[in-house]
Parts: sequence; C-alpha cells; structure tokens
Amino acid sequence: MTTERRQIATRALAALVVVWPEAALAHAQQGEAVGFLTGFRHPISGLDHVLAMVAVGLWGAQLGAPAIWLLPVTFPIVMALGGMLGLLGVPLPGIEYGIAASAILLGAAVMLEVRPPLAASAALVGFFAIFHGHAHGTELPAGQSALLYSMGFVIATGCLHALGIGIGTVHRWAWGQTLLRVAGGAVAAGGVLFLWRAFA
Amino acid sequence: MKDSTTARLPLCAIAVLAVAMWPAPAAAHLNSTGMGPIYDGLMHFATSPEDLVPALALALLAGLRGASHGRRALFVLPGAWLLGGLLGLTASAANGSSVVSSLWFVLLGGLLAADAKLSLRVLTALAACFGFYHGYLNGAGMGPAGSAAAALLGLDFAVFALVALAAALVVRLRAAWARIAVRVAGSWIAASGLLLLGWAARGG
Repeated sequence: MTTERRQIATRALAALVVVWPEAALAHAQQGEAVGFLTGFRHPISGLDHVLAMVAVGLWGAQLGAPAIWLLPVTFPIVMALGGMLGLLGVPLPGIEYGIAASAILLGAAVMLEVRPPLAASAALVGFFAIFHGHAHGTELPAGQSALLYSMGFVIATGCLHALGIGIGTVHRWAWGQTLLRVAGGAVAAGGVLFLWRAFA
Repeated sequence: MKDSTTARLPLCAIAVLAVAMWPAPAAAHLNSTGMGPIYDGLMHFATSPEDLVPALALALLAGLRGASHGRRALFVLPGAWLLGGLLGLTASAANGSSVVSSLWFVLLGGLLAADAKLSLRVLTALAACFGFYHGYLNGAGMGPAGSAAAALLGLDFAVFALVALAAALVVRLRAAWARIAVRVAGSWIAASGLLLLGWAARGG
C-alpha cells in the first residue's frame, strides 16, 4: 500500500469514528429517566393490554361508585403481584389465552352492561390482572432502574384506566350508553382476534 | 504622557488576553460543583424516589386521617429522619436492603389505598421507624462528617416541606372523588413496591 493510499484510509477511518452516532450519556440521571420511560411505554406498547385496561375503566364507569374506583385500584395491585411472580420465575400457564380472554370477557361485560356484585367484578378484574402482570414481569429488561421502571409501568396502567373512566363518563346520556356498549363490543372483538392469534 | 499610554497598550492587551485565555474549569454543570451542602441534601431527597415516594405516602396517609395526625407526622418524621441520619454519620458504611425499601412502599401505599384508620400512636410509631431507617441510610451514605451534617439538615428541610405541603393539601380535601384520588395514588405506590419486591427477590 502506497503512502498516499494509507493517508486516504487513515482519514476515512478518522471521519468514520467522528461521525459514528453514539449516545453521549453526559448526565448521571440518563439511565434512570430511560427506566421510567421504558416502564411507562411497556403497558401501552401492546394493544391486547391496552384494550383490557381501558375496558376496566369503561366497566367501572358503567357500574358507578364504588366500582368506578375499586376496579382501577384492584387491577394495578394484582397486576403488580402477577409481575412479581413473573420476575421470580414462577410459571403461569396460558398467559396469552388469559390476556385475550380478559379482553373478551371485560369487553362483553361492558357490551351487555353486566352488573354482578362488587366482589365478583373485583375478583374477575383481579384474576385477569395476574395474566397481564405476569406477562410484563417476564419481559422486564435488565439494566434499568427498577424503581423508576416499576413506577412508570404502574402509572401508565393507571392512565389507561383513567382513559377508560374518562370515556365512560358518557354513560350519563342515552346515546353515551349505546356508545359504551359498542365500545365494549369492539374490545371483545379485539379479544377474539388476539385469542385467534394465540391459537394460530 | 501620550507616548507612555501608547506604549502600555500592547502590555494591557496581552494581560487581558492572558486572563481571557487562562484555562480554568467552566463549572457550567452543577453536578460537578454541587450547590453547597444544604441544597445538595435538599436535592438529594427531591431526586431520590426511594426516599421521596414512601415519605409522600406517609404524608398523604397522615393528611387523610386529619389535622392532628398531619401535625404529628410533620414533626415526628423529620425528627426521626434527622436522628437516624446523625447516627448514620457515625457508621462506616451501611447497605440498605432493597427488600425492606420495597416493603415500605407496599406497607405505606397499602395503608393509604385502604384508608386505614390508624390511631395517632400507631402513626407516630410508623413515622418514627420509617424516618429513622431512611435517615440512618442517608447519613451512612454521606461523605465527610462536616459537610454531611449540613447536607442532612438540607435533606431534613425537604422532608419537613414535603410533609407540610402534602398533609395540608389532603387535610383540606372534602370532595369524595379527591380523597379517592389520593387513595388511588396509594394503590399505585403499593403496586410499584410489589414490583420492586420482585426485582429485589430476583436480585436485579
């Protein structure tokens, strides 16, 4: 290799190193912020989770007090319990089926405006929350700030419930009740699609 | 006179240039210089969710129970925190258990979510234990005793301010939905604690 070619190769290599994209990570808090945002994005990144969590809020709004706040309180706590089981490696069979079934049954409950006793509705929501939490627990990435990740995860779940409750406030009008039933039907249809995919 | 001024000009220019070019750290970012021990302690608390969130849960819980509980927490929690911190300064090192930290989240968040009817005595004991434990860990983790004591004081001011603001805010809440919102926040704290417990048990 001639001297001229070596110079060209050296300059090209230097230019490549200079323009190589890389995160600066100049501030110590960078990793933690990523932990919160990653946790926050996790529940809203899967439509199957989103449908079920919004449906919990819709059903709570339909049932009124005290279910309107009891169901969205039950879901995150039991979901976190499921997440803990997932983190500990405790196996849970049929997770995907459970998640799809949660969308179907919760959507159907909204569509048919089912009004079971409060304990029964909380138990149903709690039962399905375990599947959602376990799925998230087994997928948690390594190297993140555990606390900020967990907080982001739970807050996002709560926001999805709040979204459902917000939409559910239309229940006070006759047209709103119909709209909610249609929305419940859409959630149930989405659940059927996810169940189909789980079997396929 | 005019000649001598002209002769001094290059000298002055060189002196100004030398001062301007003198290499010195810019210290543009506070994380390299700090803000002084008091504010460093204050900011430490404000940017440490493992301290801030359970302390907030306790303040909200005290506020839900009423003004007398709020007043008790306002003085007991910072007092215990300071006492624990001063004791922690004498310790060579202390590694807090992440399981215990998670359990504080679960306990305080759970009590808040359940709107537990705690007596004044139980709340006092809870605030004292929690403040002492976290204060001890903060004190043990701080640097040289001189500036660390000042930082501890700053941290304690932050705890006092948090309890005063959060408890006072909740004490005056009358609307049912607003009090339920506080309890929902408690359920989120407890849920975060459960997940954190899973991480701690897994060793992650």
